[in-house]
Amino acid sequence: MAIEPRGTRPGRMLDPTRIMIYGVLIVAAVYYLLPLYVMIVTSMKGMPEIRLGNIFSPPVEVTFEPWVKAWDTACTGLYCEGLKVGFWNSVQILIPSVIISIMVASVNGYALANWRFRGSEVFFTILIFGSFIPYQVMLYPLVILTRELGIFGSLYAVILIHTIFGMPILTLLFRNYFASLPQELFKAGRVDGAGFWGIFLKIMVPMSLPIFVVAVILQVTGIWNDFLFGVIFAGTKNFPMTVQLNNIVNSTQGVKEYNVNMAATILTGAVPLLIYFLSGKYFVRGIAAGAVKG
Amino acid sequence: MKSIEIKELSLSFGEVKVLKQLDLDIGDGEFLVLLGASGCGKSTLLNCIAGLLDVTDGQIFIKGKNVTWEEPKDRGIGMVFQSYALYPQMTVEGNLSFGLKNQKVPKAEIAQRIERAAAILQIEPLLKRKPAELSGGQRQRVAIGRALVRDVDVFLFDEPLSNLDAKLRAELRVEIKRLHQRLENTMIYVTHDQIEALTLADRIAIMKEGSVQQLADPHAIYNKPVNKYVAGFIGSPGMNFIEGAIETGRKTTFQTDGIKIDLGNYEFAEEAKSGKAIFGIRPEHVVVGAEVASQPYKTTVEVEVVEPMGSDTLVWSKLQNREFRFRVDGQSDFEAGSKVKIGFDPLRASIFDAASEVRI
Repeated sequence: MAIEPRGTRPGRMLDPTRIMIYGVLIVAAVYYLLPLYVMIVTSMKGMPEIRLGNIFSPPVEVTFEPWVKAWDTACTGLYCEGLKVGFWNSVQILIPSVIISIMVASVNGYALANWRFRGSEVFFTILIFGSFIPYQVMLYPLVILTRELGIFGSLYAVILIHTIFGMPILTLLFRNYFASLPQELFKAGRVDGAGFWGIFLKIMVPMSLPIFVVAVILQVTGIWNDFLFGVIFAGTKNFPMTVQLNNIVNSTQGVKEYNVNMAATILTGAVPLLIYFLSGKYFVRGIAAGAVKG
Repeated sequence: MKSIEIKELSLSFGEVKVLKQLDLDIGDGEFLVLLGASGCGKSTLLNCIAGLLDVTDGQIFIKGKNVTWEEPKDRGIGMVFQSYALYPQMTVEGNLSFGLKNQKVPKAEIAQRIERAAAILQIEPLLKRKPAELSGGQRQRVAIGRALVRDVDVFLFDEPLSNLDAKLRAELRVEIKRLHQRLENTMIYVTHDQIEALTLADRIAIMKEGSVQQLADPHAIYNKPVNKYVAGFIGSPGMNFIEGAIETGRKTTFQTDGIKIDLGNYEFAEEAKSGKAIFGIRPEHVVVGAEVASQPYKTTVEVEVVEPMGSDTLVWSKLQNREFRFRVDGQSDFEAGSKVKIGFDPLRASIFDAASEVRI
């Protein structure tokens, strides 16, 4: 007969600790999911049904009319072209901002981590200090700056501002990640005759997918959700989706179309949500690898 | 001909002086080992030679050319690192060819050089694999190969075997020695492992606090250490040190309470003078049993602890209330608390001045 451990195995499912843990988790999940449920349900009801006031009840007659309206014809101030205009504005702001800020910040972080130059520590300190200054302090100077550059009220201005404001946190992120890579790899690269760019592009970048994913997520969600810079620097025609959403939801004329508002809000939030779903694994990995240390 | 010349090299990190006015000449085809405890500056010195650290002062010449401010790639060196430092996203072949591609070596020649290096190191079957799919020993072979394909005059090894287990370390050690015999280029090898140093080196430089204590062949380092630090650093377990004084009279002797050793046959560097001194004898130079009779110095010690190590047995004992270790054949049998007759020949001892700790 085989030798077996004495006694029964430790309990799997129903010991008190587990019940506590799952209990708390379930409550937390419900707390966050309930508003989402209400939004989805409401967005698929017609106005008469909403007026009945049962916000938790599922729609009797499912309709996608509010979604179409939110996207295509809802009034955002003067124009009644729906959110789609804002969506494309946001995309036009988002893509260059994300690409430029990550490109610049990754090179910054690499230089700060691996090529210690005179004053690099001071430079880094200043950069970090920058991330603690509230945005509002810098708004007016930046308005003057962009006006002098002749780009105030255009997409270029918003892109520039997003790139600047992404710099401190992204540089910190990249610097810490590159500093956590073995220094000997960098030395080996130098002995092998690769220069500043050779080491960066051929050795460092291929090893850094997780941190690039983290940076993309941070920037996409941050820039997509931005309201302040969009409303100030973009100019009326280029308002991003968030600003137009606000204009739809906060319009004071006529009936409050809750279903359209809900649909518009979900549409606006869909992009960051999608990014999280697609890259959640890398996000955790990258944060663990880069941001905590240092 | 000199392969590498280092003149008055200094390096400071802020206030901390890591290397102090260091001079070192390395001959063509020589295998030099930089040996020292951690923090002695040996790796720093190697990085300076490689050009990975900028020196504060002094000059470095490689093959007669002043390379003090040259980039690593222009110095004609290849380097092997402790952590292998293979590029994880490239195959073995990619790792080997990376440096050559940067140098714009023609494709056909790259292939030829890789083939040669792979044959020497027996890594041909691994060429298409990624470093993650290799064992530690294979990785270090590839790392050596990366230096090999560059076809350089000088190889720099920065503790290349420290990450390997004992058995592999012994295997690769022999292989590095074989490689040196075959290629006959200059090799500088940093380690804290004295076995590696003694087995590989043509000459060993023992470093302490940023300066070279002794630069000599392994035989001299072991038998004629220039000072107490070197004497204590080399050998495991370390040398026994007994503090006392030298008396010159009719006979030259070393004396301390209860011990009197006749130094008749000891080779003094200069004529012996009376004064305080430290007498050092290696544990393996102490004999027991029948051989004691033939030794110039005999005494009795009390055994405290016995450590059988298979081939040898290490005995910790008390010699006139001083700790005294000796190493004897693994077959001998001692009991703790027993008294044992031992003897040794002062010819094999090292005597140091008590104040300066320099060999006399």
